[in-house]
Amino acid sequence: MTDLMQLCAFNAAYANTIDSDALEIWPTYFTEICHYRVTHIENEREGLAAGIVYANSRAMLEDRISALREANIYERHSYRHMIGMPLITASSDDAIEASTPFMVARIMHTGQTELFATGSYQDKFVRTDGKLLLSRRVAVCDSTVTDTLLALPL
Amino acid sequence: MHSSKTTTPPSALWSRDTLTRVPFTVYDDPSVYQTEQERLFHGPTWNYLCLEADISETGSYLTTFVGETPVVVVRDDDGEIYAFENRCSHRGALIALEKSGKADNFQCVYHAWSYNRQGELTGIAFENGVKGKGGMPASFDKSAHNPRPLRIAVYCGLVFGSFSEDVPSIEEYLGDEICERIERVLHKPVEVIGRFTQALPNNWKLYFENVKDSYHASLLHLFFTTFELNRLSQRGGVIIDESGGHHVSYSMIDREAEKDASYKEQGLRSDTENYRLKDPTLLAGFEEYDDGVTLQILSVFPGFVLQQIQNCLAIRQVLPRGTGRTELNWTYIGYTDDTPEQRETRLKQSNLIGPAGFISMEDGAVGGFVQRGIAGARELEAIVEMGGDSAESSEGRATEASIRGFWKAYRQYMSA
Repeated sequence: MTDLMQLCAFNAAYANTIDSDALEIWPTYFTEICHYRVTHIENEREGLAAGIVYANSRAMLEDRISALREANIYERHSYRHMIGMPLITASSDDAIEASTPFMVARIMHTGQTELFATGSYQDKFVRTDGKLLLSRRVAVCDSTVTDTLLALPL
Repeated sequence: MHSSKTTTPPSALWSRDTLTRVPFTVYDDPSVYQTEQERLFHGPTWNYLCLEADISETGSYLTTFVGETPVVVVRDDDGEIYAFENRCSHRGALIALEKSGKADNFQCVYHAWSYNRQGELTGIAFENGVKGKGGMPASFDKSAHNPRPLRIAVYCGLVFGSFSEDVPSIEEYLGDEICERIERVLHKPVEVIGRFTQALPNNWKLYFENVKDSYHASLLHLFFTTFELNRLSQRGGVIIDESGGHHVSYSMIDREAEKDASYKEQGLRSDTENYRLKDPTLLAGFEEYDDGVTLQILSVFPGFVLQQIQNCLAIRQVLPRGTGRTELNWTYIGYTDDTPEQRETRLKQSNLIGPAGFISMEDGAVGGFVQRGIAGARELEAIVEMGGDSAESSEGRATEASIRGFWKAYRQYMSA
């Protein structure tokens, strides 16, 4: 497969994992040492480092899922990710960098469906044993506002 | 600053003279909301506007709100900070459209009326007409038509504004104990490390009460309990200022109890191996205050919060957006002299707070649960009676004294 097809397939599986509530699988898309962050375009522009989610290890992503399952309280809801075509910005034998647009609808258990987030993933993939893993994914939201709360990952 | 527009006499809302009951109607009645705008937000209160660090250079400005009134906050070349209503004197359009920027002066886009950085109307396009025709009458006095100015108070790098001439000094407004607790955190220069806005589906007061509610913390937020991160050897309490409107709730290490408890604590933790954090560096912190206080939540009436949760520091600005909507602006901060390691610690601990925070995401939703729950209960009341009926400082967390304090201050301003 070409790089592009590989990334598309990766993102399709990634989206399906979150949207089908297989959240325990979600950390496996990342390398053991990784960077995952949810932020927005203004922080990114100003170089502000914080995220509403900020992780630098796969274990931290696992902890986030455990917390969602065991500790945090929120109304039942799900996401539907629409992940667009990756724009590959760098590619080598070891790594691929890409910028990929996403839209996420949030479906509340009450039936209310709304556009919850749009933005782009700023990604760095590494190839290990013929497989791609994310060593970096920064979800840069287009809006500075998060409605109510963000529980499930983007 | 009264207005004749007020329709509901606020005193009529309370059926009894007690702070232990809150009529649900205060959360969704448009006339109450209107009265709040006049008597609280335009009344003799100090409203948080921004950090001094946000507008550190000459000409730096930002736009924000006092209640729902848009304002411009700007630093002039005399080094002073000025703020004025973001409303052109002419037709009422916004004067500044951007969130922040730098400006020598401000010009309304609609008809190009212009204002200096102190909010004075300095120019009117075609003031003298075109070719001798039209223009403003010679009697029109520009200096009598400035947008409403705010008084400014800067305290520990925090910029507060007030539309009232009668507001006391910021130190007097806050009182000694609150001042001390602000200074404790903001004792040296800070810088912003991130800004996030959370849209809350509820009345602003439900969020502000939540901040003051020390009773809910261990019941609604289960993160610390689930992962066995609570320290047994902690004690805490609440401090409420004389007005009732400001509060501090805190937890601190009890050094004496820690000696006895540490053994037991360790035993307890190892029993629940399943629910340990896989990456405990999330919470690995460093001691930066020598008083042992690990958590300090401080609120200033009517909508400011300063938070220290371990090494995670943030400011929250609570802005009403209609009876059933609130905007919560989070500003995550660190000190300018943080080492890279200290900064990394703050970034990791910030997972605890904000719209996706392990111990704060519930607060984003719970106000909406109340707002939806009370939809058919306007004639009924909430109960705020934990810990009795007073609004005074106390030890321990099983009390709603700070919430009663809020209503004490609220009723005072609303009926003044």
